[in-house]
Amino acid sequence: MANKQSLDTTLSFPVEKIKKDFPILQREVNGHPLVYFDNAATSQTPQQVIDVIADYYQNYNANIHRGVHTLSQIATDAYEQAREKIRAHFNANKSYEIIFTAGTTHAINLVANGYTSLLSKEDEVLVSALEHHSNIVPWQIMCEKTGATLKVIPMLENGELDMLAFDQLLSNKTKLVFVNHVSNALGTINPIEEIIKKAHQVGAKVLIDGAQAAPHIQADVQALDVDFYTVSAHKMCGPTGVGVLYGKEELLNLMPPYQGGGEMIAEVSFEKTTYAGLPHKFEAGTPNICGGIAFGAALDYMHSIGFDNIATYENELLVYATEKLSEIEGTRIFGTSTDKKTAVISFNFEGIHPYDAGTILDKLGIAVRTGHHCAQPIMDFYAIPGTIRASFAFYNTKAEIDLMINALKKAKMMLS
Amino acid sequence: MSNLKQIQEEIVDEFALFDDWMQRYEYMIELGKSLPIIDASKKTDNNIIKGCQSRVWLHADLNEDKVVYSADSDAIITKGIIALLIRVFSNQHPDDIIGADTKFIDEIGLKEHLSPTRANGLVSMINQIKNYAIVYKTQLS
Repeated sequence: MANKQSLDTTLSFPVEKIKKDFPILQREVNGHPLVYFDNAATSQTPQQVIDVIADYYQNYNANIHRGVHTLSQIATDAYEQAREKIRAHFNANKSYEIIFTAGTTHAINLVANGYTSLLSKEDEVLVSALEHHSNIVPWQIMCEKTGATLKVIPMLENGELDMLAFDQLLSNKTKLVFVNHVSNALGTINPIEEIIKKAHQVGAKVLIDGAQAAPHIQADVQALDVDFYTVSAHKMCGPTGVGVLYGKEELLNLMPPYQGGGEMIAEVSFEKTTYAGLPHKFEAGTPNICGGIAFGAALDYMHSIGFDNIATYENELLVYATEKLSEIEGTRIFGTSTDKKTAVISFNFEGIHPYDAGTILDKLGIAVRTGHHCAQPIMDFYAIPGTIRASFAFYNTKAEIDLMINALKKAKMMLS
Repeated sequence: MSNLKQIQEEIVDEFALFDDWMQRYEYMIELGKSLPIIDASKKTDNNIIKGCQSRVWLHADLNEDKVVYSADSDAIITKGIIALLIRVFSNQHPDDIIGADTKFIDEIGLKEHLSPTRANGLVSMINQIKNYAIVYKTQLS
């Protein structure tokens, strides 16, 4: 991730050209040019992806997998091509190990539901303290139903996981481990290789929530040997309402269907229904066809820029913003050093509530996230009501960071 | 004591003096800073209204036939709006409180803070202000 020798990156990275791909970045908010630093919540959509969405509805909108007519065939091919693109991107072994979902939350719930019939009350599952609520609550529901025990891998002051505690929590009772690849609230990149390896040594399966990592890091699910990996398209230049669950074939086969309906069946009678094979077993009903196709187009777009180039440039933005922010008196930054996290800065100013700062920033056209970021346990750990979170994408610039810094100084002056 | 409608009109007139959002917000921040609006002993878990963004504490007493509110927030802009709400609703008869609306907040350009999606606790606070008024009304009758 970190590239300390990348002084020339901002010169060679064609950010001004890239920025022009995003129509929304040309607009104003409250009379100021929009500075969009809420990318960890939702990334913006390039014209190339918007065109794919329009083309779908203008030219081949049809239901897939069952029509013999031409439009249905075109739509089915485009949807399955998108699945194949996603498979190739994450280097899954088989395209049917890629299950389309409504997003990461849906994907996690799908696995939690599946394991509800596979766990017993003697079993233990481990969840990290750095998780988004969507990687906590589904497992709590699963544990309530099965009687299994949920244990928490604690975090350290620097926003990293306590790996010594993790070693101690792991045992032969551990059946599942849930950790995000990157923390949404702090940006910490977790040592998932080590977590997966150690969990496998005791026979536990691992689900990695990749929602925050996927826009910055290209994960190779086979190299990681991860059991489940989840992503959302809307964090990687794709549309909202679509995402993916990657699961190893044998594990997906073990789990019962999540929802019943059309598409997920082989044969139906009132006496007995047999389920379709992968991936359709988990894709009941008409899917988000256009969304899936657009997700594929978003990956094409990001590859046209290059994930390595993106990571290097974004780290440059992170280092620059961290420096500038640290110069403001009373700044407290939460999380680890810039070489161990993605382009996210979570911070507060002494004596200033994040809601107040976020309100003033919005008035100045700057979009940041404030609050607990759906990660209340992290806020409780630091004993704070929330943070201001600026999260960068490859279409952001240092000039925009300067605008944010000036706006923060103004907010601080008004609120102090 | 002015009636509730008059106070709302006064506030709208005051805000009309401001030229831009910065002046409005600076005034709100001043309001938020200057008013001791709740007794520390009333900032209990029972009186808390949790929003994703900021927290609000609200307490109400009956003084003869008027409801007296006190409130606080951990965020200063939220607190400024609370100061306005208290100015309007406190020391009023339950019937007037139950029948009142909060359109004046829209008129002074602070509408976004009362959006239910904003999750700063203010929408729940207004509901709670009305709930107290309903409870005290039954006590009075």
